[in-house]
Amino acid sequence: MTTAVGPRPGTAEDAVVGVVPGEVVRPGSEQQVVEVLRAAQRDGRSVLATGGRSKTGWAPAPTSADVLVDVTGLDRVVEHTAGDLVVVAQAGVPLAALQEQLASAGQWLALDPPETGATLGGIVSANASGPRRLRYGTARDLLIGVTVVLADGTVAHAGGKVVKNVAGYDLGKLYTGAHGTLGVVVSTTWRLHPVPAARQVVVLDLPDPQAAGPLAIAIARSTLTPVAVELQAVVGGAAALVVVFEAIAASVTAQADAAVALLGGGRRTDALPEGFGQRPGGPDDLVLRLAFAPASLSFVLAALPDGAEVAASACTGVAYAVLPDAGAAALEGLRAALARHDGTAVVLSAPLPLRAGLDHWGPVGDSLGLMRRVKDRFDPERRLAPGRFVGGI
Amino acid sequence: MTAVASAPAGTAVLAARLRQAVGAERVLTDHAQLRTYECDGLANFRVTPGVVVLAESRQHVVDTVRLCAEAGVPFVARGSGTGLSGGALPVAEGVLLVLSRLRALGPVDPDNARVVVEPGVINLWVTRDATPYDLAYAPDPSSQQVCSIGGNVAENAGGAHCLKYGFTVNHVLGAEVVLPDGSVVHLGGTAPEHPGYDLLGAFIGSEGTLGVATSLTLRLVRVPEAVQTMLVGFSSVEDAAGTVSDIIAAGILPAAIEMMDALAIEAAEAAVHCGYPAGAVAVLVIELDGPQVEVEAQFAQVEQIALARAAFETRIAQDAAERALMWKGRKSAFAAVGRISPAYFVQDGVIPRTKLPQVLAEIDRMAAEVGLRVANVFHAGDGNLHPLVLFDDAVEGQAADAEELAGAILELCISSGGSITGEHGVGFEKRHKMAVQFTPEDLDTMQLVRCAFDPEGIANPGKVFPTPRLCGERPGPRTGEHPVQAAGLGEVF
Ligand SMILES: Cc1cc2nc3c(=O)[nH]c(=O)nc-3n(C[C@H](O)[C@H](O)[C@H](O)COP(=O)(O)OP(=O)(O)OC[C@H]3O[C@@H](n4cnc5c(N)ncnc54)[C@H](O)[C@@H]3O)c2cc1C
Repeated sequence: MTTAVGPRPGTAEDAVVGVVPGEVVRPGSEQQVVEVLRAAQRDGRSVLATGGRSKTGWAPAPTSADVLVDVTGLDRVVEHTAGDLVVVAQAGVPLAALQEQLASAGQWLALDPPETGATLGGIVSANASGPRRLRYGTARDLLIGVTVVLADGTVAHAGGKVVKNVAGYDLGKLYTGAHGTLGVVVSTTWRLHPVPAARQVVVLDLPDPQAAGPLAIAIARSTLTPVAVELQAVVGGAAALVVVFEAIAASVTAQADAAVALLGGGRRTDALPEGFGQRPGGPDDLVLRLAFAPASLSFVLAALPDGAEVAASACTGVAYAVLPDAGAAALEGLRAALARHDGTAVVLSAPLPLRAGLDHWGPVGDSLGLMRRVKDRFDPERRLAPGRFVGGI
Repeated sequence: MTAVASAPAGTAVLAARLRQAVGAERVLTDHAQLRTYECDGLANFRVTPGVVVLAESRQHVVDTVRLCAEAGVPFVARGSGTGLSGGALPVAEGVLLVLSRLRALGPVDPDNARVVVEPGVINLWVTRDATPYDLAYAPDPSSQQVCSIGGNVAENAGGAHCLKYGFTVNHVLGAEVVLPDGSVVHLGGTAPEHPGYDLLGAFIGSEGTLGVATSLTLRLVRVPEAVQTMLVGFSSVEDAAGTVSDIIAAGILPAAIEMMDALAIEAAEAAVHCGYPAGAVAVLVIELDGPQVEVEAQFAQVEQIALARAAFETRIAQDAAERALMWKGRKSAFAAVGRISPAYFVQDGVIPRTKLPQVLAEIDRMAAEVGLRVANVFHAGDGNLHPLVLFDDAVEGQAADAEELAGAILELCISSGGSITGEHGVGFEKRHKMAVQFTPEDLDTMQLVRCAFDPEGIANPGKVFPTPRLCGERPGPRTGEHPVQAAGLGEVF
């Protein structure tokens, strides 16, 4: 067991969206997390948890960060029962390390967010996903059990170690995407999948990204079973639709043939193209995650300004985009256009000076009051990641 | 039969208000009519409700819930009443809110693969309406001809094909919910990933304790290119269970793997003449679906795996009729057991798949010890057991023995690393077992959610949780003592 490191004073390198924490502690066990949270409760101090720090920008700046809990010391894969396709791993385990270990048993956790260094706890808390969500879903679909330390140091489990389980409320879903505002995730239990035997990729270059919309619908309505359909595009410029099949060899070959016929063309390869599944943009760009009714991809592309770089999970209604003329007005305009397709736009990255003027999450709808009541029950003193979530939660 | 306290109607004032709000013809207070609703599919618990409201619109639901909230009277939502854990068991003196007349369905949106339905819509109707577009609604509980989508959402219902496709929670994208104070919220929607907490994920499977769903947005799936079904006979339960593990270990994810033991086969045979292999001690129904080439190749592989585990017969359905007959035996098994035994309890425990042989052997041993028979028919692919504990209620003490055995089986599931329920829900029946599966802290944490949605505790009280709890006024100081606490009926949480 790793022993706790710190507390030590926070430095500029520990900053989360420009906020330097008062102190940093790196617990080595669940019990140490409990102690940190109990002490913070006693002293009325705010707490912010981080993992691999690959997505700290996905939520706005905290209004206070007295104690930063670095969970990367919780790095044990606790139990992998290959026969049951289940793994229990602590929150600080990097996804890549877990995948490496599972691969030796021919299995994997079917999540493929591109951020390097991402930990399981961070992936859950930020609800990060990648291209293969088309087939396997997202964290909420694969997380079957979770242990969280609440604001007062209470250790709470939900779910279990079996895939099928409806005993009690499914709190794993509630913690997924909550950005640490309800508790600190310390352990996660996952449903696994076998690593597919073969891959075939069909890449279709499109003169105009708009053409991707109807093609994505055609694929979705066909009997093809791709694991991913990705659009890589610059609005008003070049685009490529990438359709990925992963299954037994006979199946991927037959399906790639069928896909070429359906799309009316396309290059076949067994390697994923460069940049596949990467989010566009860098730390100085305004990067957004867009979500919308899946069949409205064309409308969404039309609502984006020329020059916007886009990576879309084309059949699922999710896209990542860089807004070239970054600004609050452009973001609000885009939100208004998306709203007609049940669409939303949240900020993943923005230059620090721009952030203050942005509505990070956008409108939440009529359930915001209920979300606040949930927060009030879990963290009545509002000490966990304050200000990081919707409506100032 | 356990008679759960029933009292004469003290709800006359509320009934009068309800009549005014939703129309007299939709409010039942006649004792004989009320008794129709005294239980759900678990008939050994019965309570006569104070009032029954037959809602026909969202506004009726809102009005009913609001009037209940004002009067401080509990309400229980009810769909088709097929639940097997007493989830829709009424509260005496409370209101039973029947949703089965809320039946608007669609239209199907084929490009988005979505459909919006009201909660009273029957599960099978969704697939019926989606079929013309080559779409289907994946969750397929065996009760799908009668159970409602609202009930499915409340229980997070599963079915044979959940092994590959997931449960109700993986197929519901949005919900309109009337909260226990009568306000309406919209959770999720047509699009994925609405900003904010995944309250939809918490609501699904909450068994009517967080509010009443009045509209659901469902995700539909494309009908696969090919489907193949195989019936496999074994001379031992271990070989059948081993086959299940070997299939999964080979990296194959069938659409369904269902198992029945000798007693369940005997019952099904007598009831529906499904023609299962004679002399089988266990059968598996295995279905694969997907692209034609994939299904063909993996189907051959599955057959080899079964033969390597000493399967004595592998029968492949040649057409839709044969496939339907294979499924008929499985899907009618619960009812069929009713014909070979005067009474039985259905359990719904889950275990890690790899523990199937040991746990089934242990159940056998436990049953023999008390001289009862247990039929097993279950979702083997995901380790979801449905042991049917057979008994004769005319024999003094047998019902109690059976109940005890059923409870012991659930504890065996927990100690094997599993769960007390895979799809039927905790409801009234298993609420005490929650304290075996979860720590007091785990349960208190679930109560935090309950208190956020329903601080007064009027939505389906007495279900899911082992002890009735009250929600303290958090945050901030508490004021006075709650009447329920004063009466010693609950502790403040
Ligand atoms: C023969 C048989 C086979 C079965 N097979 C399966 C199976 O394979 N898989 C499976 O999962 N289940 C199965 N069941 C159990 C049952 O059919 C399911 O639990 C089903 O989802 C219940 O639906 P219902 O409409 O009958 O709900 P009800 O029994 O009326 O209610 C169930 C729960 O839902 C709540 N509820 C109902 N409607 C709403 C609403 N609109 N909003 C909020 N809460 C609501 C109720 O309060 C209650 O707690 C089976 C039952 C039988 C009798």
